[in-house]
Amino acid sequence: MASMLIRGGRVVDPDQGIDRVDDLLIRDGLIMSIGHDGSQPLGKVDETIDAQGLIVTPGLIDMHVHLREPGREEDETIETGTQAALAGGFTSVACIPNTEPAIDTQANVEFIRQKASRADTCNVFVVACVSRERDGKELAEIGQLVEAGAVAFSDDGSPVYDAELMRRAFEYCRMFDKPILAHEEVLELSHGGVMNEGIVSMSLGLEGMPAAAEEVMIGRDIALADVTGGRLHVMHVSTAQGVDLIREAKSRGIRVTAEACPHHFTLTDESLRGFDSNFKMSPPLRTAKDVEGILAGLADGTIDCIATDHAPHAPEKKLLELDRAPFGILGLETAVGLSVTRLIESGRIDWPRFVEAISLLPARILGINRGTLRPGAIADVTLIDPSHEWQVDVNSFASKSVNSPFDGWTLRGRAVATIVHGKVKYRLSS
Amino acid sequence: MSQSKSSTVAPVVLRGNLPPTGWTHRHLLDLEELSAEEISLILDTAVMCKEATQGCREKIDVLSGAAIVNLFFENSTRTKTSFSLAARRLGADVIDFSASTSSLSKGESFIDTAKNLEAMGVDAVVVRHRTPGTPHLLASHLDVGVINAGDGPHAHPTQGLLDIFSIRERLGDLKGLTVGLVGDIAHSRTARSNLWGLTKLGAKVILCGPPTLVSDSWQEFGVEVSHDLDAILPRCDVLNLLRIQFERQKTRPFPSVREYAHLYAMNRDRLRRAKDDLVILAPGPINRGVEVTADVADCPQSLILNQVTNGLAVRMAVLWLICGVQRNGLTIDSSENKGQQ
Repeated sequence: MASMLIRGGRVVDPDQGIDRVDDLLIRDGLIMSIGHDGSQPLGKVDETIDAQGLIVTPGLIDMHVHLREPGREEDETIETGTQAALAGGFTSVACIPNTEPAIDTQANVEFIRQKASRADTCNVFVVACVSRERDGKELAEIGQLVEAGAVAFSDDGSPVYDAELMRRAFEYCRMFDKPILAHEEVLELSHGGVMNEGIVSMSLGLEGMPAAAEEVMIGRDIALADVTGGRLHVMHVSTAQGVDLIREAKSRGIRVTAEACPHHFTLTDESLRGFDSNFKMSPPLRTAKDVEGILAGLADGTIDCIATDHAPHAPEKKLLELDRAPFGILGLETAVGLSVTRLIESGRIDWPRFVEAISLLPARILGINRGTLRPGAIADVTLIDPSHEWQVDVNSFASKSVNSPFDGWTLRGRAVATIVHGKVKYRLSS
Repeated sequence: MSQSKSSTVAPVVLRGNLPPTGWTHRHLLDLEELSAEEISLILDTAVMCKEATQGCREKIDVLSGAAIVNLFFENSTRTKTSFSLAARRLGADVIDFSASTSSLSKGESFIDTAKNLEAMGVDAVVVRHRTPGTPHLLASHLDVGVINAGDGPHAHPTQGLLDIFSIRERLGDLKGLTVGLVGDIAHSRTARSNLWGLTKLGAKVILCGPPTLVSDSWQEFGVEVSHDLDAILPRCDVLNLLRIQFERQKTRPFPSVREYAHLYAMNRDRLRRAKDDLVILAPGPINRGVEVTADVADCPQSLILNQVTNGLAVRMAVLWLICGVQRNGLTIDSSENKGQQ
């Protein structure tokens, strides 16, 4: 009968339309109540947390995380990746199946769930492959994977290249009401590229990846979602025109959702001028106009979620020449700071919209029973200090890798406690 | 030989082992990061080197005891030879390091390789690599001087300098000259280095070629873009004919070599329609019959072979300046030279 009282914080729960200073009571791993009317005795409280000045939210959910295990344990493991999640304020992550082997069988899903359970950190929800061996040729055993616990399907790392296969995947997934998380890229347009195609790539002599490579594929998948009634979730949208395509599709009632990454609403391709591979990711950093498009899309809800695309790579890989260094950067431990600094402090979105984007909507898209502080819900809770100013130091990260372009940045806003199923799993040491 | 104009930097004199004053860069990575004065300083130093070595034929002894490493990850004949000879003309030792015979083929990273060379006590590393930014990456990891000898399509500062040196030697002040860069701008490091150097020194630059190789977006850098060589030809004082870099192209940017040559090759007919004193440059190797016909390559207006000689002078100057900074600390200050200002 463990109970916990989180006292005096600003409770933000968009699911119930709550945004007020109040107490949150947790008992036996579940939410008991917000506030306390005094009609019944509070009872014995085992632990009280003073949350004055803090934001109390349903546990944050990152629906786009590469945990690298199995196969690339030199970059990250399920244990280190989920510890990084906790340190970033996330109580749940969805892990992407581009591992080695790829997560395309029940046994592989089971492996991840067991490893996660043994790590006993945050919740890990498994995204499984659309195609067998993630090779884009035949559908994986989607029904069996759903039974094993897969919450969504994705060949991320690569697009589902064959339009016919994508169409069948949309149709087949309707049976289970599961979304397809799509990496949108026309490979022959982006092949060999290391950064956004534009005047910066021209002046640096670097091979560019045009915005059209992403937009053409978003357009294709919207058309296929339309014709099949399937659920499309556009991953890491990075271009203003991509946001416009999604906005227009939503207005036509097509079942499309989208996510954006903190680096895509924070940085532009100008960052590549130093040739640092920590600014190399796919899709690439775009222009200031695209950043503006992403910010507008997050504000008006066209882009439903914030997700990090946490992509650890061991230092020796990122130290290679720019064309040989892999795509991707860390995201879990800087997402809250970047979001508070770039989105909330700047006035682009408010706290309820932020919590919706990083907890409620990811839970709804993945169909998981999280993202809310309703009485009876599993008590995943994040406490955020909105005015905490801190300097990013990759050497203090819980992640196994250090490939963050934000090393040394000063950010405002940080998770100070992460509570999973009623237990404090992370607390920021002061 | 016409004498070059005097720059705003103090004139330099050849004096013992001391390099000229006014140079503070530890590395030469790109002309984009240099000021007009610094570019002129290199060019003036190159004039001095050329004169002091009787047209780059003899040795002077300003870098004796220094060791220069040629670290070439991409094939090169003339640039590597030119750097080697330039270093020897200055009295330095030269080590050639070829990527194919090294530990790199055993999986060692190129930074580890370079750090090993640094530990052997070399003064400067001359690096060529197929990937833009690789010299910058080396420079951030090594304490020795790094000289970019070509990083993919990004930069080739000594090529830009020797092209500008050759123009200056023939036509004098760059200010007001119109220079056409013709051909594969998209994949050409020579084009980029020329562009920064020329515009900083006051020349007008026109980029010319098919839209698949010359994007209109280049106009954002303050240069003119044309897809019609015949239209710009009468306005040009200099044409720099850039090689079609077949090896760097993902897909063929024009239907055939024949069609490209028809539209853009510098031939006898086009030469007749150009200014009488038009100067023609081409960074080797040239594809005779593609960018330039054989008769034009060998005509009196062509500076193609002068470029090669001047490459030695420019590289001597660069090596001397970079090694000078390495050996004497970041700021070189000579009161004698100050007195001449």
